[in-house]
Amino acid sequence: MSASEWPLWEVFVRSRRGLSHTHAGSLHAPDAEMALRNARDLYTRRSEGVSIWVVPSSAITASSPDEKDPFFEPAADKPYRHPTFYEIPDGVKHL
Amino acid sequence: MVATVVESESAGAEAYAEAFDAAVAADERIEPRDWMPGDYRATLVRQMAQHAHSEIIGMQPEANWITRAPSLRRKAILMAKVQDEAGHGLYLYSATETLGASRDDLLDKLHSGRQKYSSIFNYPTLTWADVGAIGWLVDGAAITNQVPLCRCSYGPYARAMVRICKEESFHQRQGYELLLALSRGTDAQHAMAQDAVDRWWWPSLMMFGPPDDESAHSARSMAWKIKRHSNDELRQRFVDICVPQAEALGLTLPDPDLRWNEERGHHDFGPIDWEEFREVLRGNGPCNDQRITQRRQAHEEGAWVREAAAAYAAKHTDRLHGEATA
Amino acid sequence: MTAALALGDDALVLAHRLGEWAGHAPVLEEEVALANIALDLLGQARVLLSMAGDEDELAYLREERAFRNVQLVEQENGDFAHTIARQLYFSTYQELLYGQLAAGESEFAPLARKAAKEVAYHRDHAEHWTLRLGDGTAQSRERMRRGLDTLWRYTGELFEPVDGLDLDRDALRRGWTDSIGSVLDRATLTVPEGPQRGAWTAGAGRQGLHTEPFGRMLAEMQHLHRSHPGATW
Repeated sequence: MSASEWPLWEVFVRSRRGLSHTHAGSLHAPDAEMALRNARDLYTRRSEGVSIWVVPSSAITASSPDEKDPFFEPAADKPYRHPTFYEIPDGVKHL
Repeated sequence: MVATVVESESAGAEAYAEAFDAAVAADERIEPRDWMPGDYRATLVRQMAQHAHSEIIGMQPEANWITRAPSLRRKAILMAKVQDEAGHGLYLYSATETLGASRDDLLDKLHSGRQKYSSIFNYPTLTWADVGAIGWLVDGAAITNQVPLCRCSYGPYARAMVRICKEESFHQRQGYELLLALSRGTDAQHAMAQDAVDRWWWPSLMMFGPPDDESAHSARSMAWKIKRHSNDELRQRFVDICVPQAEALGLTLPDPDLRWNEERGHHDFGPIDWEEFREVLRGNGPCNDQRITQRRQAHEEGAWVREAAAAYAAKHTDRLHGEATA
Repeated sequence: MTAALALGDDALVLAHRLGEWAGHAPVLEEEVALANIALDLLGQARVLLSMAGDEDELAYLREERAFRNVQLVEQENGDFAHTIARQLYFSTYQELLYGQLAAGESEFAPLARKAAKEVAYHRDHAEHWTLRLGDGTAQSRERMRRGLDTLWRYTGELFEPVDGLDLDRDALRRGWTDSIGSVLDRATLTVPEGPQRGAWTAGAGRQGLHTEPFGRMLAEMQHLHRSHPGATW
């Protein structure tokens, strides 16, 4: 970090109770306290949120696109995990 | 051995390139950590940075009237709008940073003239009506340009644009409403509105960029789905939208050649003064120096503030991180 | 409605001053923060002035001597530290003031209940910056100290009685003094010494006596509205 460049933070906003925090974008701030405040000003100007998380971008470990196949393909061949896999006769309710 | 390595690398690169092309062709989004051609990345950085810079420089002509807004309602609207522009600049810088460009570096390039911003902001806001004309015409042109960008192939850019377009819907309407109040007001107010439209109309048409046959980057950007429609196509769409809106305002557009062409199903309009466009782009517009000087000054005068906060954070790291998540 | 004018003018004038920052803030994130505060204050001003009459007539057609804001809020922005010092002094006062009004039954109670939350955030913003500037670099510390010192003489007026406001002014002053003392202590700064008011016995802002920059501020704010008498915008 140069003397004046503040680190980058990722911002996650819970838009209303019952929903999980969703990535909203990023911003710069000198520290976590200011990051939270900047996030409130920037990403909830139109009352878009009830709760905010800020995470230093450098603290995020992401799956690499190269690992895409081993990470995600095994799940793709398990269609039985999805409800639409099962055929239910018309008219049967509450399933 | 060396040869084999190179071969397998280039085979890998080809596979990546194919995957990229296939994703773009299938209208899927490219995400930050995906492989992408160097030129695609460079084109995006150039365009997104320019877009972010335009939001930030674009604050100035309107902020010029915050302290003089003629009613408290208008003052609040204008403050909120200029604030949104700062916010939109931030969304766009943040999206650009996903491509590995740092904000400091982007700002440096803006301040040193190595990256551009929209030329429209090199025109002055001389009267209050200019605030209305910017909202109606400049934001109108920007929205025409931006709505297709919500489907741009680069995910972070597309997402930023969705947010921006949603928030910007009030910008154009407030400008139109402002002009309508002037147009229906006293004779002096009406004249003020007409004068502003006369001055902003042609520069607004220039916002769509040079004609298609002269546009340097258009064709490739279209192929990559960074851009969805050609400059001339969007310009025509904008003119067609504005003509009835001007009528409803009771104002005229300053173009004697403007008329409906039944055959084309569009309005014909007069020739654009591309020499003026090129000159303003070259730095010879009425406000080029003023805009960059103010931006640079704000940045330089703010340096001690940014340094202070960084110094404080360095001293208090433990406490700040301990308290951070509430 | 002296009280509505006094509180409304405070909010309006400070909103205007903060609006002057647009395009000049030290970092983009702060453009957004300062504008948020200005918009909150402008919203409060509109409610308060409307309690006293027509908001635009009051804002745009009164002469300088008819404005009832405290002199603190009309002070020029200066550098960022100066603005933060002004914010710290004023938002700490406003939070305590609205706190008292919100707990009461006066016509100001509904506004105060809503505005108290806004103002708590303004105070929080000012506090966080006071800490960072005071305990940041040698330069920021010096600037912050200077801002606090320069504006100190305008703080006494905050605790003068206002016609029509039933306030526990002792509690207001005590709360303010404690709060400012604690923030400055954490910012490794000291509370300024010296008088909290000017030596002019004629009075100050609440009596319609203002400082020289205020006249120029009003001239800029009012000129367009006044140039078109009777026009609607």
